[in-house]
Amino acid sequence: MNAERQEGASAAPDAPEDLRIGVYVCHCGSNIAGTVDVGAVRAWAETNLRDRGVVVARDYRFMCSSLGQELIEEDIRERGVNRVVVAACSPHLHERTFRTACENAGLNPYLCELVSIREQDSWVHSDRAAATDKARAIVAGGVERVRHHEELRPLRVPIHPATLVVGGGIGGISAALELANAGYPVYLVEREPSLGGHMAQFDKTFPTLDCSACILTPRMVEAGSHPNITLLTYSEVENVSGYVGNFTVTIRRRARQVDEETCTGCGVCWEKCPVNVIDTHFEAGLGYRKAIYVPFAQAVPKYPVIDREHCTYYLKGTCKACEKFCPPQAIRFDQEDEILTVEVGNIVLATGFKLFDARRIPQYGYGRLPNVFTSLEFERLSNAAGPTGGRVVLRDGVTEPKSVGIVHCVGSRDRAYNNYCSAICCMQSLKFAHLVREHTGATVYEFYIDMRTPAKGYDEFYQRLLEEGTVFIRGKVAAISPGAGTPEEDGKLVIHVEDTLAGRQRRIPVDMVILSAGIEPQDDAKEVAKQFGISCSFEGWMIERHPKLDPVATMTEGVLLAGTVQGPKDIPATVAQGAAASARILGRIQQGEIALEPVRATVDASMCSGCRICNDLCPFNAIVFHEDRMVTEVNPALCQGCGTCIAACPAGAISGTGFSNEQILAQIEGLLMERVARPVEREAVPA
Amino acid sequence: MVLAESTNHAIADPGRVFLEEVIARTGPSCRLDMCIQCGTCGGSCPSADDMDHTPRTLFAMIRAGMREQVLRSNTPWMCVSCYLCTVRCPQDVRITDVMYTLKNMAVASHAYPDSTAPDFSRAFIRNVETFGRSFEVGLTAQHYLRHYLTRLPSMAPMGISMLRSGRMGLTPPRRIRGMRGLKRILARAKALEAAS
Amino acid sequence: MSEYLYYPGCSMDSSGRSYRDSLEAVTAPLGITLREIDDWNCCGATEYLGLSRLPAYALIARNLALAEQARNGTNTLVAPCSACFLNLSKTNHAMAEDAAFGAQVNDALAAGDLHYDPDSLRIRHLLDVVVREVGLETVRSRVTRPLRGLKLAPYLGCMVPRPDYDGRWSDPEHPSELDRLLAALGAEVVDYPLKTECCGGHMTQIGPSTAFSMIRRLVDAAERAGADMMVTICPMCQMNIDAFQGEMNAHFHTSHRMPIVFFTQVMGLAFGMAPEAVGFGRELVDARPALARISDEPVPEAEPARVRRPGRPKGPALPMPQMPEAGEVTR
Ligand SMILES: Cc1cc2nc3c(=O)[nH]c(=O)nc-3n(C[C@H](O)[C@H](O)[C@H](O)COP(=O)(O)OP(=O)(O)OC[C@H]3O[C@@H](n4cnc5c(N)ncnc54)[C@H](O)[C@@H]3O)c2cc1C
Ligand code: SF4
Ligand code: SF4
Ligand code: SF4
Ligand code: SF4
Repeated sequence: MNAERQEGASAAPDAPEDLRIGVYVCHCGSNIAGTVDVGAVRAWAETNLRDRGVVVARDYRFMCSSLGQELIEEDIRERGVNRVVVAACSPHLHERTFRTACENAGLNPYLCELVSIREQDSWVHSDRAAATDKARAIVAGGVERVRHHEELRPLRVPIHPATLVVGGGIGGISAALELANAGYPVYLVEREPSLGGHMAQFDKTFPTLDCSACILTPRMVEAGSHPNITLLTYSEVENVSGYVGNFTVTIRRRARQVDEETCTGCGVCWEKCPVNVIDTHFEAGLGYRKAIYVPFAQAVPKYPVIDREHCTYYLKGTCKACEKFCPPQAIRFDQEDEILTVEVGNIVLATGFKLFDARRIPQYGYGRLPNVFTSLEFERLSNAAGPTGGRVVLRDGVTEPKSVGIVHCVGSRDRAYNNYCSAICCMQSLKFAHLVREHTGATVYEFYIDMRTPAKGYDEFYQRLLEEGTVFIRGKVAAISPGAGTPEEDGKLVIHVEDTLAGRQRRIPVDMVILSAGIEPQDDAKEVAKQFGISCSFEGWMIERHPKLDPVATMTEGVLLAGTVQGPKDIPATVAQGAAASARILGRIQQGEIALEPVRATVDASMCSGCRICNDLCPFNAIVFHEDRMVTEVNPALCQGCGTCIAACPAGAISGTGFSNEQILAQIEGLLMERVARPVEREAVPA
Repeated sequence: MVLAESTNHAIADPGRVFLEEVIARTGPSCRLDMCIQCGTCGGSCPSADDMDHTPRTLFAMIRAGMREQVLRSNTPWMCVSCYLCTVRCPQDVRITDVMYTLKNMAVASHAYPDSTAPDFSRAFIRNVETFGRSFEVGLTAQHYLRHYLTRLPSMAPMGISMLRSGRMGLTPPRRIRGMRGLKRILARAKALEAAS
Repeated sequence: MSEYLYYPGCSMDSSGRSYRDSLEAVTAPLGITLREIDDWNCCGATEYLGLSRLPAYALIARNLALAEQARNGTNTLVAPCSACFLNLSKTNHAMAEDAAFGAQVNDALAAGDLHYDPDSLRIRHLLDVVVREVGLETVRSRVTRPLRGLKLAPYLGCMVPRPDYDGRWSDPEHPSELDRLLAALGAEVVDYPLKTECCGGHMTQIGPSTAFSMIRRLVDAAERAGADMMVTICPMCQMNIDAFQGEMNAHFHTSHRMPIVFFTQVMGLAFGMAPEAVGFGRELVDARPALARISDEPVPEAEPARVRRPGRPKGPALPMPQMPEAGEVTR
């Protein structure tokens, strides 16, 4: 390979006769042909680029179709084409398709170059002549570049059969169980003391209204006791290094101050603990827990944790009531955090969502007006295991509401907060309307902009709520104020809204308001994304490899997504994504090894000055520095070929396979070549 | 901007034409084309009860091309420019600015039947164009004589108290020194506006 | 002494006399100098924009151009009146945001040999300057007669906190600046839920019944909150609520008597000035009787700040949501 590479690299510029380049211009239906004169580009390449080695140029309606691919394969076989330039869509989509076509015809797949005349040209311009000129330039760039291509072989690395699942909500649990049941080891890491995530807080789940605990607990128990699952609750990932197949992960197991070997989960300690703390997490601030606690009765695992921030012993040095009364003597005040290092082949991120903070919309009065509740608060109110034992009451803890307003789109679909639709809150609001009526018989008003019920059984649920007599008012709530002035408003909350179907402003007095707050990425989403080497959107949702065709993987090989970490979704979709992520991982584990793109950076040790400028820049931590020799080296398995270090190296010691300086400069030269008929003028910007 | 895209196509729909006219006159950043008809504006508006259509309804009527009904509506004239709708609109529509535009258009086309509000604005502006400053007494007196003769008796004590407490002068304000320049500026602005 | 460019606006000379008098009285103790722009003109209030767009903006822009010329070490233009503040910032913003429109306005200005570079001035409301630049510490240090026992309802009206031209300087619906300022004067600040609701604006002139119901709501809420008087930052609000309260009472057969004064007036009072010197007595609903409620008794030593101790109160009541500390931004 080396010899061939040498020859290829030095021979190319001088011996165009050795190069037989084929150019293939795609119409992409009208996607490209609608704006670019595809035929003209083909004809131009055929004649004007002949002296650059182009022996054949073709255009075709859909190059990615099998007929399109066959064109390339035939030319390779029959016309001796040994370099291929396809001018079509972005390499994200079809690079693999055309490389495979080359490989099928016996040509090294890395001798193929896909240049984009769709995303970078036809889709962003409207001036046909200018767009056609630009396409010519792009094709010329590709041709110049492909002249410097060399044969490459993918790297092969073994796959570690274990998987790390981060987040123990329903998404993480589902993924972990699929993998474990298939016989492979899983480390399931959850930040909180128990598995369960948000689903554990709910009473009923839409659209079938089955009891959340009844369907979740069995899965939690299964995950907690599965021989293939190492459950690490109250734990967080500290560091991730390595690459697909071979990640090394360090995990901090926070000290529970309780010995799991001896604790029986009897509950005497939290009975005896004198410290009450408002439980802002599991009870959404509506209930209390002790300083030593399990978040809820069915928690998995059953062992409590001591909340050191509130425990009297840690604050003042005395108390130890829990220790005194603990029958098996399981309390360990001196227990310290443990750091664990594990090797895994793949990672599933299932870190879920957080609720929009309703205090950010002051006109809705949350936090000022006692009887304004958030959706999670209502889940706890209506939950038989919640702080009121399932009685739906006002903040005073006794009065049942006679009328309840449910406000949709709180913090969603609003440019001041989140632009997106949170997807679950319409259905969740309908669920609440049902529960309110079931528990109290109160009149329920739903204030909505659009009723979004687009999944199996969902619109049927809406129909059911209509039958139940829910009052639907189409209008986004403008404000909620304390009622005053008239007898029917006194002591109530007044909802200010335009009834848009009647075209009238209305004031609707109610006893209780529930804000269907939207869902948001976790606060630490950006740090988590960075830790796992993936990217997240501006809001903080993790970005999938492809929004339609690969919503499960990420751009980083071996890191997959499950559940709301990727975007708003309900439980069925979360579970499905968890299973899909596992299926992808299982397939990979069964292959035993994985082929990695050979596009990598390499350091020429003789040129490296040891300045270390590149060392911290690599987003994939692929760069190692050898102190003894004072040179930097790139670990090819970790490197993703992003090129950051190459650009940064002041000595020019780093080059990228497949992205060498020669290749890039040649492409730029091609783009700027004066053979392009006329200089591409700046397109007139529409006024 | 959304408008630019749509102008690429020949638009025949009268509602769209009217909508784009309103947008163009308000300034492209008013985003009226982005209204999702949620009703936050109508729910927030302190004057809604006195409007014949809520602001949101009016925007739907614009889209439906109901030019005459829109320009005849009292809605823009009931608007007190409190901007509550504007800060709450989830789509960042500059509703208050749109209300100003609709007033401009109604005045220009003489569509709005009740002259109280436009007259008040005109009288106010006449003062400004004469003195460079506003003149509350002159303005109020003028306006009340014309539109609220019956209201005068109940108003009189207030006027007297205002005079007595030195909060109202009977003499018009001193003309600003740069009155001529101001007149030229306004004349030029009017000419420019008429041309566009 | 920090110096600012100053655009008083028309009402400061007429209906807002007490605003002007008190403002002039407190600038020295606050350590600020207001340099009035020479030969400014009316901003057109909410009237000119309703008739035509470009002339309205040109009218306002003339003031900006004059202020720009007078810029000398400071580029902050202070306006005490809400409508003026809004109009000035709105014009600056419109000219900056849409360059073509800015050029049109300048085209008109050129007819009077003037020009304004958008964004060359920073337009701020007086309250913003007092709270953010002068600072509550300075204000507190000037207080010689704390307004202890006086219950004040802070009322900002709509146009100062609201639209975010020039960068919103506070929360558009629940700003806390005025509350904090009044508290710094030693007064008792009542929770006034309607602090940014509209006073009716020009509706007192063109749609009185609409205006009267707005005024009634405001006055009624202040009474319910137990306020001795309302404190505002806007001449229009003061005028509507004060001067039209009588007519409103006649309209609804009510007998509200809720005084409303400017924040500069109560500041002057707390700084030890005589009520009449800072314009008290000019309002139609006399605020002076309420001043008797200011107590001269020394306050008991402030209790040490309560530490939030975890604990479970007796009784069935559910805990309230935990709110961020005052001033802590949640967005
Ligand atoms: C009020 C409300 C009611 C709803 N009702 C329904 C319903 O009835 N039916 C329905 O289908 N859907 C419902 N949903 C939607 C449902 O909650 C979600 O679809 C589901 O919970 C998503 O599960 P998840 O595993 O993705 O996320 P989560 O449930 O949020 O779980 C994520 C887990 O990851 C943990 N975690 C986070 N970060 C880290 C980290 N860095 N390290 C380790 N662990 C971490 C969290 O502690 C949590 O346990 C409702 C949502 C709300 C807000
Ligand atoms: S030592 Fe801490 S956890 Fe144990 S009982 Fe006392 S306060 Fe509770
Ligand atoms: S799901 Fe419904 S309530 Fe939730 S953001 Fe979307 S439209 Fe609004
Ligand atoms: S608030 Fe905005 S989006 Fe909603 S109806 Fe009014 S203008 Fe349209
Ligand atoms: S600005 Fe006008 S339309 Fe908007 S809420 Fe205020 S009065 Fe109503």
